[in-house]
Amino acid sequence: MTALDQPIETDLQVKEGVDQETVDAVREVGGKYKYGWSTDIEMEYAPKGLNPDIVRLISEKNEEPEWMTEWRLAAYERWLEKKEPKWAMVDYPEIDFQDQYYYARPKSMEVKPKSLDEVDPKLLATYDKLGIPLKEQMILAGVEGAEDLTDAPRKVAVDAVFDSVSVGTTFQEELKKAGVIFCSISEAIKEHPELVKKYLGTVVPVSDNYYATLNSAVFSDGSFVYVPPGVRCPMELSTYFRINAENTGQFERTLIIADKGSYVSYLEGCTAPQRDIAQLHAAVVEIIVEEDAEVKYSTVQNWYPGDENGKGGIYNFVTKRADCRGDRAKVMWTQVETGSAVTWKYPSCILRGDDSQGEFYSIAIANNMQQADTGTKMIHLGKNTKSRIVSKGISAGKAQNTYRGLVSMHPKAKNGRNYTQCDSLLIGDKCGAHTVPYIEVKNNSSRVEHEATTSKVDDDQLFYCRSRGMDEEEAVALVVNGFCKDVLQALPMEFAMEAQQLVAISLEGSVG
Amino acid sequence: MAEAATEISPTEARLASLSMPAGGWSEAARKDAAARVRAMGLPQRRDEYWRYTRPDTLTQANAIPAALFHNDETPIFGDIDRVKIVFVDGVFDADASDDLRLEGVSIERLAETKADIHWARDLYGKLEAKGQDPVHRPLAALNTAYATDGVLIHVTGKATKPISLQYHHRAETSDAILHHVIRVDAGAEVTVLENGPAAARFNKVMEVDIADTGVFHHVRAQGRDHERRAATHIFARLGKESTFKSFTLTANGVMTRNECVLELTGDDAIAHVAGACVGDGDFHHDDTVFVTHDAVNCESRQVFKKVLRNGATGVFQGKILVQPGAQKTDGYQISQSLLLDDDSQFLAKPELEIYADDVACSHGSTSGAIDETALFYLRSRGVPEGQATDLLTLAFLAEAVDEIEDETLREEIVARLAAWLERHRS
Repeated sequence: MTALDQPIETDLQVKEGVDQETVDAVREVGGKYKYGWSTDIEMEYAPKGLNPDIVRLISEKNEEPEWMTEWRLAAYERWLEKKEPKWAMVDYPEIDFQDQYYYARPKSMEVKPKSLDEVDPKLLATYDKLGIPLKEQMILAGVEGAEDLTDAPRKVAVDAVFDSVSVGTTFQEELKKAGVIFCSISEAIKEHPELVKKYLGTVVPVSDNYYATLNSAVFSDGSFVYVPPGVRCPMELSTYFRINAENTGQFERTLIIADKGSYVSYLEGCTAPQRDIAQLHAAVVEIIVEEDAEVKYSTVQNWYPGDENGKGGIYNFVTKRADCRGDRAKVMWTQVETGSAVTWKYPSCILRGDDSQGEFYSIAIANNMQQADTGTKMIHLGKNTKSRIVSKGISAGKAQNTYRGLVSMHPKAKNGRNYTQCDSLLIGDKCGAHTVPYIEVKNNSSRVEHEATTSKVDDDQLFYCRSRGMDEEEAVALVVNGFCKDVLQALPMEFAMEAQQLVAISLEGSVG
Repeated sequence: MAEAATEISPTEARLASLSMPAGGWSEAARKDAAARVRAMGLPQRRDEYWRYTRPDTLTQANAIPAALFHNDETPIFGDIDRVKIVFVDGVFDADASDDLRLEGVSIERLAETKADIHWARDLYGKLEAKGQDPVHRPLAALNTAYATDGVLIHVTGKATKPISLQYHHRAETSDAILHHVIRVDAGAEVTVLENGPAAARFNKVMEVDIADTGVFHHVRAQGRDHERRAATHIFARLGKESTFKSFTLTANGVMTRNECVLELTGDDAIAHVAGACVGDGDFHHDDTVFVTHDAVNCESRQVFKKVLRNGATGVFQGKILVQPGAQKTDGYQISQSLLLDDDSQFLAKPELEIYADDVACSHGSTSGAIDETALFYLRSRGVPEGQATDLLTLAFLAEAVDEIEDETLREEIVARLAAWLERHRS
C-alpha cells in the first residue's frame, strides 16, 4: 500500500541566484504548517479495524511475552465497556474506531535495525528534514571526551518514533554507562520486563479513561526511561513522534521512572503530514518519581492542526500523569500546544510523598478551527506538598480554547500550597476562551489561590510596536510572546527558541 | 439500572407527593413546567451540576423533619419601615402581614389571582424556562409547576419602602414551595427583603424582570433553624441601563442551595450578586451562579465569602458566560473561604466561557486559614483571642457585605454576623 501523499511543495521555485535558505525562509513566513509534507515510503499495515486479533497482532509484531498480550487483551475488554467522554468543550464528528489502522510500520523496519547505520535512509532523511539529524548526533557522540568540553553543544538523546514503531534511539551506549536505560517501550518489554511489569499501568490504570484504555490495548511503541538511584541523567532525553501513514492512529506509550534521588529532563516533539482526513492520536505517559527525584517533562505539540476550514488534523486525546511517590519528589510539566485539530489533554501530578512538588506550565494556542481543552490536575495527598499552575491560553480565528483543571487538597495534605494563574487572550471576535477550574480544599492549613483573567491584546502595546515599524502580525506575535513569558522561561533552552517561533507562526493569519 | 423499569422513579415519587393548583392564568405555564421536570428528571448525585452537593434530601418525596429553633434573637429587619408579608410554612398569614398597598407598587398573591389575564402570565415560568439552558435546573421547574403561593410584585414607580418577605417555620415536617414574580418597569425602583427559615424544606423561585433603567435591590437573610433545608432560585433578566443587586446572608441550615441565574440583555446593565455564609458543624451551603452577558458594556460582579468550622462544607459554582458580540463586558468573580478548622471544606468551580474579544473578565478563588500574623498582632494589642478571630473574620466577610448599598441594611447584616460569630466561638 502506498497511499501516501506526495511531499507538499509550495509554488515557490528555486530561481537562479536565490539560495535554498532564502526559499525556506520565505516558505516559513508563508504561515503554512511547516511539517505538512509526508515521506513516501513502503508501509506495512495491520488490517483496518479493532478486535482481539488486531491486539494480538500488535503484540506479536512487537515480539511481546505472553503476559503483555494478556494485559492488552484485558484492556481491550475493558475498552468495549467504556464510553467516550463528552464533557470537554470540543466538538468533532463521531470517530469510527473500526475505520482506522492500528498498526503501520515502514517495510524496512521488519527486521529491527541493529544500529542507525542499518536504518532506511529515507527514514533518517525524514528526521533530518524535521531538524533532528539522528546520525550526525551519533557521529558526534563517537568523539571520545566530547562531554568534557564545556563549550560543546548540549547533547540530547533521541528516540524517534515513526507511525507505530521506534526507528532508533541515539546515545544509548553513553547513557548505559551512566546506568540510564533509554529505549523504545517495545524494547523495554523484552529487555527489562521486571521494570515494565512493576510500573506499567500503575500511574494511569488500564481503565482510567476511554482513550487510556484504548491505548493500553493497542499501543505500539513509545519510549521507556529508567534513571537509577542517585543518577543525574547526563543529557536531555527526547522522543520525536512522527505520524506519516494515512488513516492510521498513533498510540504511543511512555513510561519514565526516576528512582530515588535521580534527575532527568525529557522533551517530546511531534508533527504529522497535512491531510484532509482527521487522524487519531491517543497516548499515555506515565511518570514515577521516587524520593528526592526530579523529572522535567517538556512537550512541544505541533501535530497538523487541520486547515483554516477545519478539514483534517490530528485528534489528540492524551493522558499524562506523574506520581510523586516518594518524599521531596518533584515533577514539572511544560507544554506548548500549538497543533492538533482537537486537543484533550490534562498532564497531572499526584503529590503523594510529603514535601513533593508539582508544576504545570502551559501555553495553548488555538487558531482557525482548532479546539483545545487542556489543563492539569494537582492531587495533594502528602504533607507540605506544593503545586503551581501557570496556564496561558490564546484563541484566534474561530478556535475554542479551554483551560480545565483540578486542585485537590486532601484532608491529610496538611500545609499544602497551590497557586494557579490562568490567563486567556482573545484575538478576534469569532473565537472563544473558557476556564473551568475545580478547587477542592479539605483541610484548613492548606492555602489555595486561583486567579484567572481574560482579555484582548492590549491596544496600547500594539500601537507602540506598530509605531516602532513592526507590522501588525509581528506586533501581535511580540505581545503574545510577552503574555506567554512565564511559561516560555520554564522551557529547556532547546525548546524555548522553537516555542517562541511557533507562537508567532501559529498566529499567522489571525490578524486583520 | 434495569430495576428502574419496575420501580417508580425518584422524580415520579416526588411529583406524586405534590398536587398542581388548578385553573387560572398560570395553568399553561405549570403544565409546561411539569412536563419539563419529567423530561429532565430531578437532579441526581452523579449530575455534574450537583458534583459538590447531594441533591437527595431536596428531591426525595417527603421533607425530612426539622426541629424548630428557639432563641431570643429579635427577627432581622424588625426596625426597618417596610411592607411586611408573612408566610408560615409556605402559607400566607394575613394577620401577621401588613396592608399590601404601597405607592408605585402593586402586590398580589399568586394563590389569589385567578383572572384569566394577568400581567404575570407573560413572566411566570418564562424566565425559569429560559434559565434551563444550557444547564438544567429541575427543582426550579418543579417549583413553577407546583408552587402553592407567592407574591406578584409590579413596580411602576419608586417604591417608598422595602417589601419584606418573612418566612416562618412552625411545623416540623413542612415542605413549602413558593414562587414570586417581580416586574420592575422602566425607571422604577424597589428593594425586596427576605428572611426566615420558611419550612423544614423550602423550594423557592423568584423571577425578576427589570425593564430599561429599572433598579432592583435584594437583601436576604437565610437561616436560624439548624435543620432546615432550602433550594432557592433567582432568575433575573436585565434591560438596558438597569441595575440588579442581590446579597444573601446564610447562617446555619443543614442544607442550602442558592442558584442565581442572571441574563444581561440590555446594554450598560449592572448586576451584582454577593453572599456571606457562616457555617458551624452539620452545614452544607452551595452558591451556584450563572451570569450571561448578552449585551454591550455591561458589568457583573460575583462576591462570595464563606466562613466554615466544625466540618461545615461550602460550595461555590459560578460562571460568567459572554455571548458573541457582548463586547466591553466587565466581569468579575471572587469566591473565598476561611476554614476555621481542619474538618471543614471548600469546593469551588469558578468558570468563564467567553466568546467576545474586547472584554475584561477575571475570577479568583482562595481558601485558607485565619492569618496567624494578624491574629498575633491583635492579641499583642490586648484583644482576646475569640474577639480577635471575630474581627478578622468580619474583615474577611466585608467585601461581600459591602455589596449592600443601603447603610441601614448593611449594618443590620454586620450586626447579625457579629452576633453569630460570638455565639459560635470555639
